[in-house]
Amino acid sequence: MNVSLAQLKSGEKGRVERIHARRCAAKRLYEMGFNIGADFEVVKNDMGPVIVSLFGNNIAVGRCLAQKIIVKQSN
Amino acid sequence: MGTIALVGNPNSGKTTLFNALTGSNQHVGNWPGVTVEKKEGKFKYNGNIYNIVDLPGTYSLGAFSEDEIVARDFILRGNSDVVINVVDATNIERNLYLTTQLLEMGVKVIIALNMIDEAKAKNIQLGIKALSKKLGVPVVPTVASKRKGIDELIKETVGLIDEKMSLKPTISYGDKIDGEIKSIKRFFTDKTLEYPPRWIAIKLIEGDQYVHDLVTEDKDLDSDNEFRDILSRIKENDEDYELEIVNRRYEFVKDVTKASVIRPKEAVKTITDKMDKILIHKYFGLPIFILIMFAMFQLTFVIGEDLLGEMMVTVMDALAYAIEIFLININSPAWIIAFTTEGLIGGIGAIIEFIPLIVVLYMLLGILEDSGYMARAAYIMDNIMRKLGLQGKTFISMIVGFGCNVPGVMATRTLESKKDRMIAILINPFMSCGAKLLIYLVFIAAFFPDSGGLVLFIMYFTGILVALIMGKVFSKTLFKGESADFIMELPPYRKPTLRNVLRNIWDNVSEFLKRAGTIIFAVVAILWVMAVLPVGVEPYGAESVLGKIGLFIAPIFKPAGFGTWQAAVGLFSGIAAKEAVVTTLGMVYAGVGEGTELISAIQNAFTPLTSISFMIMTLLYTPCAATIATIKKETNSVKWAIFAMVYTFAIGWVMAVLIFQIGRLLGFN
Repeated sequence: MNVSLAQLKSGEKGRVERIHARRCAAKRLYEMGFNIGADFEVVKNDMGPVIVSLFGNNIAVGRCLAQKIIVKQSN
Repeated sequence: MGTIALVGNPNSGKTTLFNALTGSNQHVGNWPGVTVEKKEGKFKYNGNIYNIVDLPGTYSLGAFSEDEIVARDFILRGNSDVVINVVDATNIERNLYLTTQLLEMGVKVIIALNMIDEAKAKNIQLGIKALSKKLGVPVVPTVASKRKGIDELIKETVGLIDEKMSLKPTISYGDKIDGEIKSIKRFFTDKTLEYPPRWIAIKLIEGDQYVHDLVTEDKDLDSDNEFRDILSRIKENDEDYELEIVNRRYEFVKDVTKASVIRPKEAVKTITDKMDKILIHKYFGLPIFILIMFAMFQLTFVIGEDLLGEMMVTVMDALAYAIEIFLININSPAWIIAFTTEGLIGGIGAIIEFIPLIVVLYMLLGILEDSGYMARAAYIMDNIMRKLGLQGKTFISMIVGFGCNVPGVMATRTLESKKDRMIAILINPFMSCGAKLLIYLVFIAAFFPDSGGLVLFIMYFTGILVALIMGKVFSKTLFKGESADFIMELPPYRKPTLRNVLRNIWDNVSEFLKRAGTIIFAVVAILWVMAVLPVGVEPYGAESVLGKIGLFIAPIFKPAGFGTWQAAVGLFSGIAAKEAVVTTLGMVYAGVGEGTELISAIQNAFTPLTSISFMIMTLLYTPCAATIATIKKETNSVKWAIFAMVYTFAIGWVMAVLIFQIGRLLGFN
């Protein structure tokens, strides 16, 4: 099922499907490892930016932007 | 001979490697965006000297922000013989994305696979040889912080300078894009724009505005109809192309790392994960941040002033006495004795006494920075900043401004949107820099000796508050529009190294001493001359040139409670350099001034209330000349520099007046 990154809870894992952000923001996300198909784990999602672990590094993504990252939740 | 460039992701340990290679002492921080300008150094190998340039850390070599363009241009213009690509071994997959771009630039590349110790701790298995073979470039494992692998890296790098350019793997972007690359490439030779033709083609297909502008500026190309047709054809699809290019690069990286990087099934839980559970907790994060800042200023005061400050005063007094005796003994002319004792010792001596405090503050800030906590502070603040129309990263430039507003203003280069950047530049002067610290210290010593830490905390906090409020005002008025989205790496926590902390102290103290020896010395000399002229007046009297200037300005400050000519002159000279406020007060109040005399003079001239309104004024009013010049440079506009001068003065004045008037109504004096 496809949801936005902002909807995932701490500890849940997923895979990047699409990014619906403005072009420059999308590009930055790709460059920081949020490329299509990248696997990640949500480290923290309670308030403010969502923290995601990608390839073992933690990246904080603003909530607004996280809503535009469409992901597939994996189990 | 040769020049070597260091390129890598932010926080990949690039600057640490630079220091290890050159034995130099560049400032390193465990947070992204410390190097915004390129830094140069040298190292010697086999009797030859090599230049080495540390370029800003970037995730990509597009034209996304100022620092990326700096890095990209340096490499493409052929300024370097070899590029050392610093790759974080714990995060190879993302770091190699940058590498794919380097490979396309037609330069000699060597990879320093850094932090392999951390990779080992995370159970990541690395096949160095396989990695090197797949990428077609040498790979040297290093641990820059422990100086491991440095000799090997130097040897390999130097060897590469004389070697022929090796064939790099070419990334295929699929039939359609590859076809477009071919059709564009033939319009360029190696000479056309100094850049490699294939690189230009890829950048045009990616929709890189910077390269697009370069190409359309070229008259021959622009008048070529066929070329223009291709350009507009690409333009229609460049968004799809861009995504495809990114994907292909990552596929290439995946292919490269498939056999050479093996991660454990379950990521090893690190100490960072545990610490973040508390330090950036939903509810506790902000209070902890405020507590840390508060503790920092308390400690600064307790160690810097109570323990070391007294000692410094004694030393300075003895020194001043010795110098005076010495000058009298060698029969110096009276004016030299007067200038030295009144001007130099009274002026510069007043600020030297506070060096222990500066040392302690920068030691604590250095520890915080080195630990990786600062990135968390930006994360914690993002929520609040966003409500104010700003973003968390702006807060980083503000914290840098605590040291000095000049690097603070420069640190705004990492902000991508023009709006964020302009606001961040304009509010940075409200951040209380090290020089303003001196002013508070003098007034604290005079009026609030028992609650120094608290007063300091309030001053710094007021600075942040006013900066945030002005940020909100600017985002509602002058710079409307969306703030850039927040995307930031949270680096792992690291134990601060003694080396880095000492460096941070030394950077700031030496800068302080340098300023004391140059600009502040000049200010003191000019003020002294103005204070004793015209000939015959009582030195430092109201009748001197200095006194007359002060008397002329003073009425402006009457509503704020400090309408004396001495205070006016102090503020006036503070526009040259903020340290000069204290030196000037030292000269005009104490004449011959050791710290204690200055302080008792200030006790007579100010009241507790006016001391606060004066401190607030110095906190907020017009920044120093160096900061104004930097604002001019970074905004590329005289208009904004003047605006920054004027509006900060207005804010400072209004706040000082409010504090004095409200305080008086409440019965304080």
